[in-house]
Amino acid sequence: MLEITNLHATVADKPILNGVSLHVPAGEVHAIMGPNGSGKSTLAYVLAGRPGYEVTEGSVTFIPTRHPRESGGPAFSADQEQRDSRLRGNDDRDLLAMEPHERAAAGLFLGFQYPVEIPGVSYLQFLRESLNAQRRARGEAELSGAEFIKLAKSQAALLGMDAEMLKRPVNVGFSGGEKKRAEMVQMGIMQPKFAVLDETDSGLDIDALKAVGAGINRIMRAPDKGVLLITHYQRLLDYVEPDRVHVLVGGRIERSGGPELARDLEREGYAEAAA
Amino acid sequence: MTAPFPTRKQEEWRYADLDALQPVWEQFAEPLTLTAGPGESFEEVWLPTADDVQIRRVQLALEANAKGRLFVLNTAPVYGRIELEVSLAQGAEFELFGANIGTGLSTNEIVTHVRHVGESGRSRQVIRSVLNGKATGSYLGKVEVARGAQKTDAEQSVKAMLLDRGATANAKPELEIFADDVKCAHGATVGELDAMQLFYAESRGLPPASARALLLEGFVAGLWDSATDGEAIAEAARNALRKVVG
Repeated sequence: MLEITNLHATVADKPILNGVSLHVPAGEVHAIMGPNGSGKSTLAYVLAGRPGYEVTEGSVTFIPTRHPRESGGPAFSADQEQRDSRLRGNDDRDLLAMEPHERAAAGLFLGFQYPVEIPGVSYLQFLRESLNAQRRARGEAELSGAEFIKLAKSQAALLGMDAEMLKRPVNVGFSGGEKKRAEMVQMGIMQPKFAVLDETDSGLDIDALKAVGAGINRIMRAPDKGVLLITHYQRLLDYVEPDRVHVLVGGRIERSGGPELARDLEREGYAEAAA
Repeated sequence: MTAPFPTRKQEEWRYADLDALQPVWEQFAEPLTLTAGPGESFEEVWLPTADDVQIRRVQLALEANAKGRLFVLNTAPVYGRIELEVSLAQGAEFELFGANIGTGLSTNEIVTHVRHVGESGRSRQVIRSVLNGKATGSYLGKVEVARGAQKTDAEQSVKAMLLDRGATANAKPELEIFADDVKCAHGATVGELDAMQLFYAESRGLPPASARALLLEGFVAGLWDSATDGEAIAEAARNALRKVVG
């Protein structure tokens, strides 16, 4: 569902990605591991469309698969579903041609390594306006205030976060762990098709790590969804078992393998494993 | 008898739109006088009108232990001026929360002269400006602490957000202190919307204009928090911001 082909990208004219190719099929979780400075976060930002991250070569195709019962509408008939699957080819999206907000509406979610603080704007308002903007863009009905608060509260509870925190300004005064938990609450509210999670495990204690891992599995483990999990360490992968592990070194995928590769890396270090 | 028409040589009129002021000067030359008696409190919310030129000149006397709190929104399409001369007797408290929100070629300014006359007075002024196009937004604020006005606590916080290259913000907090045991703090910043905040909001699905509006709303939102009834001014500020974002 996410097809990255020969992706080259620069930041401030400095080449960071040097030909990344990667395919994440629907229903799979892929982990990207790699040393500092290998381009992991750059890849995440390029996928989400951060300004200043210049793609110089390559392509990214995003194919959001349709879920027959999404958006609370009437269930599709078998006929309709068949027609949809035939049309599915038309759903191929050139991700790089889209604006960041269009990518979000298409179903892409970036979990930030450093979630951003927005003083003066409450989490509830921020997420309600964001979600409704996505829904408008997809031609779905907007959620009322009451509907949204119910959704937000239930998602916060599922991640063990006090719903009162959602009344506070976005991430202001949150600890590192609380910010990461809040990212997962956002993901639960947005219900994306594909999540790119940039070091969502950094700064978490063991309990928070378990909660976040369970959250990723609950929200994103589905036949029509996909995850790209960017991490330094094996530990999150104990909770979210990846289908494939890729090693990013010097802006290229140097090695790919099954879940065992993450354990090898942990034991041997990147230099050895990438050699 | 009308006061003489101001000139730009007068510091407090330096950034004013005198051409816009000329035809209406007589109407506004004489400041309005308000007094809060000993121990009294008052709070007012000044909403903008639809007029091209909007001037308020007010002299406010806060007697011993009186409390005055003002919430003001300056969004005149041509020229807006909120001018305050405040005196604080012993133990008096004054708070001003104000915003200049300007588009196009407008000039909006908040000009204050706060005089701490008695001991242990507290004043706090929080001003936010959001400006696009070639709009000008100014805050000129003089705080004067008279001889003997010990234990004065005066604070000025001034921040401006410029959305276009042609917009101008003037921030001029000024202190004149003739007492030696006082606390006077002031800060002024002029900036643009934070690129990372914008990207974060857009990555969650907000189109750029909505993301900008939301961030700007956050920038001024805190101003009205302590108002007894702040909904009208918050709504007026939101409407003004929507015009600024376009």
